This record gives sequence, structure tokens and C-alpha cells, in this order.
Amino acid sequence: MTRQLITRRSALRGIIGTGGLVLSGCDQLSQNQTFQRMLAGAEKLNLGGQRLVLNSSTPLAREYQKSDISRVFKANGTIRPEGDAYRNLALAQFSDWKLQIGGLVNKPLSFSLGELRNMPSRTQITRHDCVEGWSAIGQWTGVPLSTLLKLADLKPNAKYIVFRCADDLIGSRDGSGLYYESIDLVDAFHPQTIMAYAMNGQTLPVEHGAPLRLRVERQLGYKMAKYVMRIEAVEEFSKIGIGKGGFWEDRGYEWYAGI
Amino acid sequence: MALDVADETTAELPARRTRSGKELIYRHTLLVRLAHWINVLCVVLLLMSGMQIFNAHPMLHWGIKGDEADPALFSIYAEDQLEGPPIGWVQIGAAKFNTTGWLGVFRDRDGFPSGRAFPYWITIPGYQSLAEGRRWHFFFAWLFALNGLAYLIYGFGVRHFQRDLTPTRYDLKHIGRSILNHLKLKHPRGEEAKRYNVLQKLTYIAVIFILLPLMIISGLSMSPGVDSAAPWLPDIFGGRQSARTIHFITATLLVLFILVHVIEVLLAGVFNELRSMITGWFAVKPEKADAPRSKP
Repeated sequence: MTRQLITRRSALRGIIGTGGLVLSGCDQLSQNQTFQRMLAGAEKLNLGGQRLVLNSSTPLAREYQKSDISRVFKANGTIRPEGDAYRNLALAQFSDWKLQIGGLVNKPLSFSLGELRNMPSRTQITRHDCVEGWSAIGQWTGVPLSTLLKLADLKPNAKYIVFRCADDLIGSRDGSGLYYESIDLVDAFHPQTIMAYAMNGQTLPVEHGAPLRLRVERQLGYKMAKYVMRIEAVEEFSKIGIGKGGFWEDRGYEWYAGI
Repeated sequence: MALDVADETTAELPARRTRSGKELIYRHTLLVRLAHWINVLCVVLLLMSGMQIFNAHPMLHWGIKGDEADPALFSIYAEDQLEGPPIGWVQIGAAKFNTTGWLGVFRDRDGFPSGRAFPYWITIPGYQSLAEGRRWHFFFAWLFALNGLAYLIYGFGVRHFQRDLTPTRYDLKHIGRSILNHLKLKHPRGEEAKRYNVLQKLTYIAVIFILLPLMIISGLSMSPGVDSAAPWLPDIFGGRQSARTIHFITATLLVLFILVHVIEVLLAGVFNELRSMITGWFAVKPEKADAPRSKP
């Protein structure tokens, strides 16, 4: 009589084996398009749920005291854009730099750093939340984005604001790796959404995005594009980059980063 | 108490019997069973994808802010050596422990030492991807929350919580005996096996009404969007980084609960317990006759 005995060890091996299968199954699922789309469905719930609470009363992100400011504010992502173009701008203290505003606007505009500094500004001490999990507090001064967009006069079909940046995180030669971001008009016209040229009372340092960076305080850090060169109003962003609305969005992160 | 006494009192209940004559009672309703297994799926995937997310910043802070330059209450990190493979450390407060091979530094699939906080075999996905970890986490967080909500509405609606999970005064008075029985790994039989014991009730109440809601609100407190709409939410914990730390501690307590829960299931009879959570029917072990020959 030869009966196969299930020993404790073989059972254990079986359980661990199944566990391994389940695990590699998870990895395969994670790379499966349909499954990815299903998982991404939750992003719509995040956006819908948060727009529900955020739209109605346009609440402000909390603002903190000077004493709360982080001693060291971590500079993440690019800390010094490569290339001669940016280096020359930085060497001249951005005196030759101009912010371009275009796309679906009635009045394409450009502003020098000096012109931006002379406009009415907003200063806010806010908490910066990185998608990685850490938080830092800093003081930001800049021009409300709404001021700039009102001057440029958006066309009725403009739905998103795209920020084109000088940094290329993957060092691409053809510019396909240039950082960009996009936000909708709810965030673009939020009173705390500013184009910041100063941090903690000083000129914005290069590692934090000089000459100009976006602050959109109810979102995660990767939405707050640094080294902004050009602002564009668009109807949709499917033809920009890989089409997901931003450098990190093209690499799997959520477009809506309120969570 | 003799066997036949128990038989008499339960004779009118719609009970079935197993082939060996044990009484079968309908213990878990369909909705409770469904909610349980959806919860198993969600909690396991949330824990594993949560560890993937933790790996992106493997340290915990207290207060509003905190990054690499700030003090950490807890961290898992790899320390490079001048010679030889790196060392994995777990730091808790002022103490640190060498966890090479398990946390901080472990052998990857190809056998090479790899420096990440939680090893690949316990994270989802197995490779490092914060973006994908977040997708898994938020999808199953929604499922987990909606499942929990349905369970709560049902539980109060049919008085499941009031009837089955609220300890009675008798229960609380005899909590000492229940602790003793647990320590001796003695499981109740007969009439007593038809109800949850007092430690079980208190544990389930703590998990359902404290740990799981705490998991959700500490998780929500990490969202900058939610925080602007409800600034009082992170304040409950003393700031976003405290909320993140409590999210992690609560997850650890949940793992502890799951461990004890599974061990108890194994001890109490894995077949019977699993059957009751799949079909609803639970076999009650008959009461033993009172200690035989205790008196001469």
C-alpha cells in the first residue's frame, strides 16, 4: 500500500509555495493593464470624494507659525537642472528669464522676475507633504496664479493649466524627460495657489526651483513643479508627454494627488 | 452537568447535528461571513501595500512635520560597511537592533543583499514601486471602508453587536476565569461554546470600534486635501506625522490581533472554525461530564 502522506514539512512547503505563487501573482497583476485600470478606478473616487468636500467651500490649507518652519527643508527631485540654458539663466540671477503664459488664452503674456516681484503677492507658511511620506514646513511668497490667469484671460475651452519646467529628471536628450505638471481650474484659482519666487523670506534657492515654482497647497509635493518656464492653458493633456498630465503621472503616480 | 441536560435545553432550537452527533448551530450569518472574507482580502493587501509605501520613507516622526533631517521615533535602515555586506538596523527610540536578513538588508530574489526596509516577499508589489503600492492601497482602502460600513449598518440593524458582542455583567464579573481559561488554552464546551467569551467580545469590540476606525482616520489625516477640508482631523493625533506613526502602530496592533486570532482558530479546531465562517454552521463540543472521580 503506497499512500502519499502529507507530512507537516511538505504541508508547510506547500503553504510557503502557495504564498510565493500568490506573491508573484500580485506582481503580475500589478503589471496587468486591465487590473491597473481597475486599481486606478479608486483615484476617481478620491478625486470625486475630495472635490465634493473641497469645492463647496474652497477651504484653505492650514497655515503655520514662523516657529514651525523646518530647520532643513528637504530638496527633492531635481536640485540643479542640467544644461547650459539653465546655467546661464542662473548665472545672470535670472535677469534674462521670462515667464511665458500661453495656450488657450486671449492675451499671451510674459513677465520678468522683477515684474512678478512688483505684483501683489501672497505669503503663506504651509506644510509640504511628499508622496514618500515626509513633511516639511516652509514660508512661500509669490504671485497668486489666479492674478496671472485673469490678466492672460482664459478662453472658455481652457480646462487645465500646464506648467513646463527646465529640469529633466531622466536626463533625456530630446526633451521627453522635461518635468511638467497640470492642475485643473479649481486648484488653479484657489487663493493659496501661487507662483513662488521666495522661500523663508529669501530668494527662492536653486534646489527648491529658482526662479519660480508652483505652490498648490492641497496637493502632494510632486504637483508643485519647480523651475517653471512656461504656463499653458489647455483643454486636455492627453497629447502632452505620455498623456497622464505630468512627469510623475506618466510614471504611474495619480494625477489627482490630494491624497 | 450531564450531556442530556444540554440536549434538553436546546431541543427546541433549529439545530442540526454532525454525523458524530455533535450539535451544529448557525453561528455566522451570510453578511457577516462575506464581510469577514472581504476584510481578510483587504487587510492582507493593505498591510502588504502599506509596507511598500512605508519603504519610500522608512522612518516615523512625531508632530506636524518630519523628514530625514528630523529625529525619528522609529526607522529601518541599511548601514554600508567598509568591507562586506551592509547591515540592516531597526531603531526604536534610543535602541537599535541588528536585523540583517529580515529588515533593512535582506537577500533579494537573486540572492544579493538589498537595502530596503521591508523585504520584497512581504510587500506589494514585490519590486520597489511607490506608485503601484499606492494604487493597491487606495483601491483596497475604499473596498475595506465600504465593506466596514455595510458591516456596521448591518451589525447595529440586526442587533448583532448588542446581542453577540456586548459583554454582560456576568461576563465582566467572570473575566478572571476567562483569562485563566485562555492561559490554559482551554476552550469552552456545551452552552458556553455557543456564545463568544468575554475576552473575545472585548477584543472584537476593540478591533471593530477602535482599531479599524483609527486605521481609517489616521490614514485620511495624511491626505493634504482632506486636511484642508478637515484641519481638526490631523489635530486629533497631533499633526500629520503623528497620524502617520499611529497608522503604523495601529497596523502593528492589527497584525498582533490577526496572529492571536489565527492561533486561536488553530487551537479551537481549524476545520470547525473555518466551516462556521464559510457555511455558517458551527459544531458545539458536548460538555464533559463533571470531573469524574473527584470524590472518592
